[in-house]
Amino acid sequence: MLKIDNLQARIEEKEILKGINLEIKPGEVHAIMGPNGSGKSTLASVLAGREDYEVTGGSVDFLGKDLLEMAPEDRAKEGLFLAFQYPVEIPGVSTTNFIKTAVNEKRKYQGLEPLDAAQFLKTMKEKMQLVQINQSLLSRSLNEGFSGGEKKRNEIFQMAMLEPKLGILDETDSGLDIDALRIVANGVNQLRSKDNAFLVVTHYQRLLDYIVPDFVHVLYNGKIVRSGTKELALELEEKGYDFIKAELEATTA
Amino acid sequence: MAEEQEDILEQVTTSEYKYGFVTAIEADEAPKGLTEDTVRFISAKKNEPEWLLEYRLKSYRQWLKMEEPQWPNVTYPKIDFQDIIYYSAPKQKISPKSLDEIDPELRKTFEKLGISLDEQKRISGVAVDAVMDSISVATTFKEELSKVGVIFCSMSEAVQEHPELVKKYLGSVVPATDNYFSALNAAVFSDGSFCYIPKGVRCPMELSTYFRINAANTGQFERTLIVAEEGSYVSYLEGCTAPQRDENQLHAAVVELVAMEKAEIKYSTVQNWYPGDKEGKGGIYNFVTKRGICAGDHAKISWTQVETGSSVTWKYPSVILKGDYSIGEFYSVAVTNNFQQADTGTKMVHLGKNTRSRIVSKGISAGKSQNSYRGLVSVSKNADNARNFSQCDSMLLGDKCGAHTFPYIEVKNNSAVVEHEATTSKIGEDQIFYCNQRGMDTETAVALIINGFAKEVMNQLPMEFAVEAQKLLAISLEGSVG
Ligand SMILES: Nc1ncnc2c1ncn2[C@@H]1O[C@H](COP(=O)(O)OP(=O)(O)OP(=O)(O)O)[C@@H](O)[C@H]1O
Ligand SMILES: [Mg+2]
Repeated sequence: MLKIDNLQARIEEKEILKGINLEIKPGEVHAIMGPNGSGKSTLASVLAGREDYEVTGGSVDFLGKDLLEMAPEDRAKEGLFLAFQYPVEIPGVSTTNFIKTAVNEKRKYQGLEPLDAAQFLKTMKEKMQLVQINQSLLSRSLNEGFSGGEKKRNEIFQMAMLEPKLGILDETDSGLDIDALRIVANGVNQLRSKDNAFLVVTHYQRLLDYIVPDFVHVLYNGKIVRSGTKELALELEEKGYDFIKAELEATTA
Repeated sequence: MAEEQEDILEQVTTSEYKYGFVTAIEADEAPKGLTEDTVRFISAKKNEPEWLLEYRLKSYRQWLKMEEPQWPNVTYPKIDFQDIIYYSAPKQKISPKSLDEIDPELRKTFEKLGISLDEQKRISGVAVDAVMDSISVATTFKEELSKVGVIFCSMSEAVQEHPELVKKYLGSVVPATDNYFSALNAAVFSDGSFCYIPKGVRCPMELSTYFRINAANTGQFERTLIVAEEGSYVSYLEGCTAPQRDENQLHAAVVELVAMEKAEIKYSTVQNWYPGDKEGKGGIYNFVTKRGICAGDHAKISWTQVETGSSVTWKYPSVILKGDYSIGEFYSVAVTNNFQQADTGTKMVHLGKNTRSRIVSKGISAGKSQNSYRGLVSVSKNADNARNFSQCDSMLLGDKCGAHTFPYIEVKNNSAVVEHEATTSKIGEDQIFYCNQRGMDTETAVALIINGFAKEVMNQLPMEFAVEAQKLLAISLEGSVG
């Protein structure tokens, strides 16, 4: 589904991604962990097509297409979804209206008729259940005045509405209370199928108790320095990143 | 990255005017230029009574003594008033008695504009009075309106059929001497709409006029007058377009509203005159005087405008709050792109006691345009407990455009409460990227964000026109952000 090969990127003059390799197959969940500033959000942004970042090397294949050649909106319509670490506010635009526009843009791209009000409402009701988000929140301006947790929940709700092939979750767990964490994780689990995949960026092992990953990667200083199974997350939780840093220094020294 | 943004900005601001076509209809014109003879020519063409000719001539003589205003924050080459044709009527053998008798070319023009008269008649229940160049061509729905006593016709017709009403109210709110362009209008006004809502009548449908400037070098000087008698209600919509031409065309209209005790007038404008091309060539000079008076207690006048067209706009729909407890409102969205310049706002003049006014202005600037809000709130000595709230928000798309706010407040009564809030923001790259990530292209994203920004005003528009206006905002900014 997604094949990242030696991806390098910088912002302004600063090198941030220094050769990322990662392959994600349909049905898989990959977790990415790593210290603050190691480049996790940068990776997510580059995949989503944010123009601030300059790709300086490498390639990314998404469902047989050259992802880096595509406009951000086309990446989205091909099935790539990013749940933002910091979702933005759009005053005056209701969440419902926003999502309706998004859903219908995607349908147009797929050559489908736009959903009429009744169909849209029906789908929305179903997906609202999934993440237990309520109607009143969706009538308000997108993310405006939403609490941190509400914003994150709204991201997952949008993901449920858009049914992406690849969902990238950038620290969706941070800011969620314990119950919300379980609800959101459950939502994600229900969306999991053999045809889609998820890339979950997190700092906490706790989330991975709910969304159980097939692989865990450690991103450090712009590179994936360690990959393993879910046990790696437990090890990190226990020991912190220091042991990895120490190992790296030992090998480079 | 900055360059990329520029590129997209460039794109969104470079869409072409979609209403630029010229209709080939023979026109009955006055010779170019303005003299007393021109004024007499117009008056004679319209078979006007003596008092009206006198009114025109007096206004003309006043105009000669006046100076073109320099205070608005706009610049344009000096207008040569002798190079304008002041009267141009589409030639028609006999005046049409029904819609079927209207020149098919003219009908086509209206269809291109999206206002097929009979469609409108059937579907939307909106009465349309279409003004092309200087003559009002057809007034629909007249019979139905007349059943409840509502008069809705062209100004020329009103002069013939209801001279006493016209004589009583014409110039009563905007005197000819008010300003340079109102004096010019009073001298040469060609046509416009006239509405009279009798006491206690709630006008059963939205009244609507479409203006369109067609012939080359014609100035359009409409004159509109709406009188709402005690306890009546009317909602009126004005829409405008003009064909694409290289030369600038002058448009100097005057609109007067009179609301008696407990009457309410809601006046909405969707202005989409030709804005000029990407290089700033051509476009309409829109110098308009609009004013309403709440003549009686508890009267209410509400102006809503969506201004996306014209190369230069100079327009301040105002309300004189004379009656006690009267209410004035002004809701405005003004979009400028490329080289457009807009200096627009309102005046709320509080004279009566317990009067209230509310101003919501949303300015959106893109390209190399300049967008100014200019508003006056004045509270006179006797206007006890006057209240005003003003909200002026500006949004910038790109960094080559300008947004300016000029609020003037004159308070002569201590009990007044006048509040003014203003914000300026830039459309966020983050917001656009967020929309992109949800599958929307940048144009769709900008349209969505802008409509959100302008929502409070858009919500004031009658339902039938809100959707149109939303599309218009999107079209005006097509090609302009990233
Ligand atoms: N506009 C910018 N200019 C300069 N440096 C930047 C810019 N944006 C990001 N960076 C830097 O890039 C590095 C990687 O940032 P990124 O947001 O990808 O980290 P992260 O792994 O997601 O961290 P966190 O766990 O705190 O979310 C950081 O050092 C950050 O300061
Ligand atoms: Mg991050």
